[in-house]
Amino acid sequence: MQTVDLANTPLRELNTALQAQAVTTNQTQWEVLNPKGAHAIAVGLDAPIEVTVNGSTGYYCAGMNKQATINVTGSAGPGVAENMMSGTVVIEGDASQYAGATGHGGLLVIKGNASSRCGISMKGIDIVVFGNIGHMSAFMAQSGNLVVLGDAGDALGDSLYEARLFVRGSVKSLGSDCIEKEMRPEHLEILRDLLERSGADARPEEFKRYGSARKLYNFHVDHAGAY
Amino acid sequence: MRDIMDTNPQTLPRDSSTFSPEINAEIRRAADTGIYDIRGGGAKRKVPHFDDLLFLGASISRYPLEGYREKCDTSVVLGTRFAKKPIELKIPVTIAGMSFGALSGPAKEALGRGATMAGTSTTTGDGGMTDEERGHSEKLVYQYLPSRYGMNPDDLRRADAIEIVVGQGAKPGGGGMLLGQKITQRVANMRNLPVGIDQRSACRHPDWTGPDDLEIKILELREITNWEKPIYIKIGGARPYYDTALAVKAGADVVVLDGMQGGTAATQDVFIENVGQPTLACIRPAVKALQDLGMHRKVQLVVSGGIRTGADVAKALALGADAVAIGTAALIAIGENDPKWAAEYSKLGTTADAYDDWHEGKDPAGITTQDPELMKRLDPVEAARRLRNYLAVMTLECQTIARACGKSHVHNLEPEDLCALTIEAAAMAGVPLAGTSWIPGQTGF
Ligand SMILES: Cc1cc2nc3c(=O)[nH]c(=O)nc-3n(C[C@H](O)[C@H](O)[C@H](O)COP(=O)(O)O)c2cc1C
Repeated sequence: MQTVDLANTPLRELNTALQAQAVTTNQTQWEVLNPKGAHAIAVGLDAPIEVTVNGSTGYYCAGMNKQATINVTGSAGPGVAENMMSGTVVIEGDASQYAGATGHGGLLVIKGNASSRCGISMKGIDIVVFGNIGHMSAFMAQSGNLVVLGDAGDALGDSLYEARLFVRGSVKSLGSDCIEKEMRPEHLEILRDLLERSGADARPEEFKRYGSARKLYNFHVDHAGAY
Repeated sequence: MRDIMDTNPQTLPRDSSTFSPEINAEIRRAADTGIYDIRGGGAKRKVPHFDDLLFLGASISRYPLEGYREKCDTSVVLGTRFAKKPIELKIPVTIAGMSFGALSGPAKEALGRGATMAGTSTTTGDGGMTDEERGHSEKLVYQYLPSRYGMNPDDLRRADAIEIVVGQGAKPGGGGMLLGQKITQRVANMRNLPVGIDQRSACRHPDWTGPDDLEIKILELREITNWEKPIYIKIGGARPYYDTALAVKAGADVVVLDGMQGGTAATQDVFIENVGQPTLACIRPAVKALQDLGMHRKVQLVVSGGIRTGADVAKALALGADAVAIGTAALIAIGENDPKWAAEYSKLGTTADAYDDWHEGKDPAGITTQDPELMKRLDPVEAARRLRNYLAVMTLECQTIARACGKSHVHNLEPEDLCALTIEAAAMAGVPLAGTSWIPGQTGF
């Protein structure tokens, strides 16, 4: 186990060390102490290492992650795992705005609640939130899956493309062009897999699925009011 | 009756200035279709521009440099503030960001090859980086846009600089648009979207709002790229003084300032023509912001929007820019709107030079299209040679003017070398009206 204490190590040194790990590294276990809300912790990693951040992080923790598994024992600030490509990011606490924004792949698990714009513009990432999510979540979400065990705020899935949204609790309101859709066996299968991989205590049958009505895909004057 | 007609002269048909034939045609088009007019290119209306400025040239008190024999340097270094690896260019003209998707693969390749031959950089656009473009561009600036189409850390690291796009002169406050006709399988895959749908990219970044967030975003990008790459911030000509100051505060190495004449691949005509300030009006406020912060020449300023000639380049530099960027002019140089396709433009209901329906993907020149047959018309090697020639001419023109003003480096051009032909241009550029010492708003008449 490699331990880096941010109380006496500059951020640049931490990220340089983490980014330098090759796919075949032996140093697979890392622990980061005293994050104290610092920004850009463990960004741009590209090796199958496991990093545990002991405490809470500021903006963009695990940004653009590839391959690595990053655990945050506290809460995460805005844009956690933004544009993640692959790997796994787990937040034990809550996540602020734009969690998983524009993520292209990998799995983001938030064990608490996520704030507004969770999964904004997501492009293939899977996000599982054990608690509730805020307004405008999955805005312009393109692909991937967003699973919410609690409730969703206003305007869920506004201007949605092909991402799948699964919510167990209530949805305050749906955004433009987002509708409830039939849960087919293949969707239950996707859900089962994601719930299992994230260790969530819920059954696929308890969820409703939301997706794009695809009415805004090509401009039509009769839908102008929805833009 | 006939007699009266013959003896009373008739008035000529008279078009209204308010309801001109063009306006009336647009009213009818809107009534027919129910959608605003979308087009490519920049503002077509006449606004005060570099044409309204003149250089004074040398005189008894200023002596000129000998053409060809005395050196007039044109090199530029961008990104000297924080980046470990600044961009070194041989000429002060760069190629602006234009997306693969809006432009064909061969067009992007031509821009990369031509820019490389001329010793300058080219820029990706909304839609990500292609291998062809990276391969053919010695210096490639990677745009970081609200849509984040195709964004990934590997391309970020193989870029030579990163340009965070906040706004574009053609549409400050507007997002991107690529209509379904141009979303082919390859474009769709790069953007993680279904084929054939209209793609509206967001106008705001998804994970930051305001200058304090932007500062942290820049920190993240620098951490991911080992503090090597210069970070540019591109702004549309909205509030150039404050936007420049805030970009500097957020940690930019370079500010790219795009005025309202700046081109676009596809935007509402009403937006292009009515939002944003002319390029000429934007430069001095931006330079003033840099000067007020003690950052002029430390954070470099790249100006774009309607740059066409070496004279335009020289004027932008004299007003305080470090370099310029060109979009439309580069496309014209490689063959866009060429009269040799006149018959085809006519079939599309337009003429060479006026064609601007770039969003439809039917470009006869094979540049603003994804149609495989049309694309074949553009030979990227030949087109690159044309771009190289054009960039060389612009540079020579700029040097000619600089030497005439006695400057051994084009960056030594200064506002004092200029006068204005109109009161408006004098006020905007902050230089005296020709024949007077009057700078409106600054000195008494
Ligand atoms: C076809 C085309 C596509 C463009 N695509 C982008 C883009 O993807 N991102 C961007 O920031 N600007 C884009 N622009 C704007 C240019 O980067 C630049 O600001 C503008 O073209 C400069 O003005 P000029 O065309 O008068 O030289 C595009 C412009 C054109 C003409």
